[in-house]
Amino acid sequence: MHSIRQFLDRVRPNFQKGGKLHMFNSAFDAFETFLFVPGKVTRRGAHIRDAADMKRTMSTVIIALIPAMLFGMWNVGYQHFLATGQEGSVWDAFAYGFVKVLPLIIVTYVSGGIVEVIFAQVRGHEINEGFLVTGLIMPLTLPVTMPLWMIAIATIFAVAIGKEVFGGTGMNILNPAVTARGFLFFAYPARFSADDVWVSGLENGEGIVDGFSGATPLASAAVQDMDAIPDAMDMFLGTIPGAVGETSTAAILLGGLILAFTRVGSLKIMLSVFVGAFTMGLLLNAFAVNPVMEIPPWQHLFMGGLAYGAVYMATDPVTASRTETGKYIYGFLIGFLAIMIRVLNPAFPEGVLLAILFMNVFAPLIDHIVVNANVKRRLKRAKLTGEH
Amino acid sequence: MANVTKLKKGLNIRLKGKAEKVLVKPELPRKFALKPTDFHNIMPKLSLREGAVVKAGTQLCYHKYDPRIIFTSPASGKITEINRGERRRIEEIVIEAGSGMEYEDFGKAEPSGLDRHAVTEKLLKSGAWPFIRQRPYGIIANPDDTPRSIFISAFDTAPLAPDYDFLMKEYGKEFQAGIDALSKLTTGKIHLNINPDYPCCDVFTKASKVQINRFTGPHPAGNVGVQIHHLAPIHKNGVVWYVNPQDVLIIGRLFLNGIFDASRIVALTGSEVLKPKYYRTYMGASIENMVRENVTTDSNLRYISGNVLTGSGIDSGGYIGFYDSQVTVIPEGDNPRFLGWAMPNIDKFSVSGTFLSWLMPGKLYRLDTNYNGGERAFVMSGEMERVLPMDLLPEHLIKAIMVGDVENMENLGIYEVIEEDLALCEFVCTSKIEVQHILREGIQKVIEETS
Repeated sequence: MHSIRQFLDRVRPNFQKGGKLHMFNSAFDAFETFLFVPGKVTRRGAHIRDAADMKRTMSTVIIALIPAMLFGMWNVGYQHFLATGQEGSVWDAFAYGFVKVLPLIIVTYVSGGIVEVIFAQVRGHEINEGFLVTGLIMPLTLPVTMPLWMIAIATIFAVAIGKEVFGGTGMNILNPAVTARGFLFFAYPARFSADDVWVSGLENGEGIVDGFSGATPLASAAVQDMDAIPDAMDMFLGTIPGAVGETSTAAILLGGLILAFTRVGSLKIMLSVFVGAFTMGLLLNAFAVNPVMEIPPWQHLFMGGLAYGAVYMATDPVTASRTETGKYIYGFLIGFLAIMIRVLNPAFPEGVLLAILFMNVFAPLIDHIVVNANVKRRLKRAKLTGEH
Repeated sequence: MANVTKLKKGLNIRLKGKAEKVLVKPELPRKFALKPTDFHNIMPKLSLREGAVVKAGTQLCYHKYDPRIIFTSPASGKITEINRGERRRIEEIVIEAGSGMEYEDFGKAEPSGLDRHAVTEKLLKSGAWPFIRQRPYGIIANPDDTPRSIFISAFDTAPLAPDYDFLMKEYGKEFQAGIDALSKLTTGKIHLNINPDYPCCDVFTKASKVQINRFTGPHPAGNVGVQIHHLAPIHKNGVVWYVNPQDVLIIGRLFLNGIFDASRIVALTGSEVLKPKYYRTYMGASIENMVRENVTTDSNLRYISGNVLTGSGIDSGGYIGFYDSQVTVIPEGDNPRFLGWAMPNIDKFSVSGTFLSWLMPGKLYRLDTNYNGGERAFVMSGEMERVLPMDLLPEHLIKAIMVGDVENMENLGIYEVIEEDLALCEFVCTSKIEVQHILREGIQKVIEETS
């Protein structure tokens, strides 16, 4: 530990202004503060500060993603074995999935990380921790068969255009993970709509077991093939085809508990999304004219990326509503719109992505209304109680 | 109980080193100082030069833009140093004490027999006027204003704060005399705000000419700004004044004894103090005789006049601030910590659940002055709202200040808060934004644009 410290102190001059490695200064700085919390002390204002910082906060999100990620890796293997009729233990399935999923994650981190470092260096900023989270949230929303070069392009687009042009983490309007996912969805729609993309190993068309469709519940619903929708318990546990990390509502809820308990993710938003989705489900039931509209509202909560979106993406504090009242409205409308799009517009079976993007844009408006209400309320109170 | 305001939001930071209720009377401090940096919006001009001999109550300097507001010496002796900072701004006027204490005579007077003008004159001349501050802005009151009401918070909820019942219990007469004087200054009420959670001393409960209001809840329930917000919020054009309880005593003694007696009981607190106790000393006194051989020696130390949230950093021979009743000593956090952000860190305090310290709800902490991270743009939301028991949106207010939008600052409540009210917001901020500094810049901007 001490020797690492000494090494860092020795090489630091190279990275400072005038040093020959100055162009990597922000990367060095990120690495150094990663290893050591700097000994920087308060100079004005409060003399003591809460122990939580951005690194801690963001790494907590990573921890909360681990259940969904691990389950997703196993499920990739499990679905593959199911589709090809092979036998395999839990560990075989996990190992297969690990090998398939890891490249998606690495490509996202590397391509986005490079963009982050370039922008931080040009601006002379520290590297923001926000991308740590984006880099894991994004690949878990993809089909495991997604080509890596597409992922790289989408990530670079999302980080540069979706975030950095606005000024980096904290300034962006759209959630970068959703932006990347949206980019892929609109640029390469076939990679999401074909039946053979959600399960690894189907694209070669070999050895598929009879009767295995590989379709996700939403894809089945979109073509009104209601019998193909798996039963609710399978959807809740996640032993179904789908995006890597999105299938298991159970694993996602575990992550949600971690986020809510540590107050890193807003419980208000998560719950409101579910309430909004449930409400829309009920409404659709009431006016149902086809079997998709008759799907029980509670089943909607287990289907597609709703839970994943609610827990990991809608709760991104930067792009969500920042007022407490606003969070209820923001979350509710995400859930509401997500189910509306999912059921009523068969061209976009996954409505969560669009609902979040849409509400990201509207979050400042919601806040504006809430803030104005606060201003009016306080002015009124001052006039009532004031003696002037 | 009548009119109890129960506040739920806020945060008590559980620190080690609460002062034991024992009163120590050390020898007279050797050095005193008046620190013009304790006051906002004051441009000090010296009245005396180095070497001048002064008594307690002798004018040392005055406010350039209102020469009626003067600042007087807390002790008798000789001016030995005038310490200046950037741009020759006066930071400390240091007085080396003689033996014993001599006082300027301002004449005894029964405050109830005086009119408003006479009371104001006496307070101004003796240098006791600056103890009266106003909201909005948290600056020294303007003698020409008539405040809507005067507020006194009789309890302090800040970390390791002194127990005002212990400080005040023997001074009922002085307190009442101070109240009598203050009551001449307002046409409205004097609000005395107490905490009903524990038995309050008679000095407060038996005081007359005051309206007693009760507040319970975690810090900052004891902040006068929070109390004003709940009793009678201020907006543009409204002015209220406020005074600390111990400063009411100084005002009371001015009328009872005719002298500027700045003696004060100060709580010496903090994890690095070996024997945290109460000390009878003076406003402006050096803390040297309190902390000598009474602090730990294994790390660099931060000496603070005031509490850990709002106090000002001083050195080990530094001076007690004009409004402070507390001195805190905590360790500096100047050692880099290996993977500090990743460790479980049960000895770290966080309001978020991201540290395992929530496993030990009753634990007392030894916190240091490390930032615990780098400054970032606003990312987390809702953190600040949870520790501010006011109907205000602190994050939006801070953003309005950052972009210099005065109209929005007004709308979002800049008249209702000063640094101490948002100090917890700064403490909890994950992005380590300098909330208190930004707020003062905003207040200064509003003062400039509205005057």
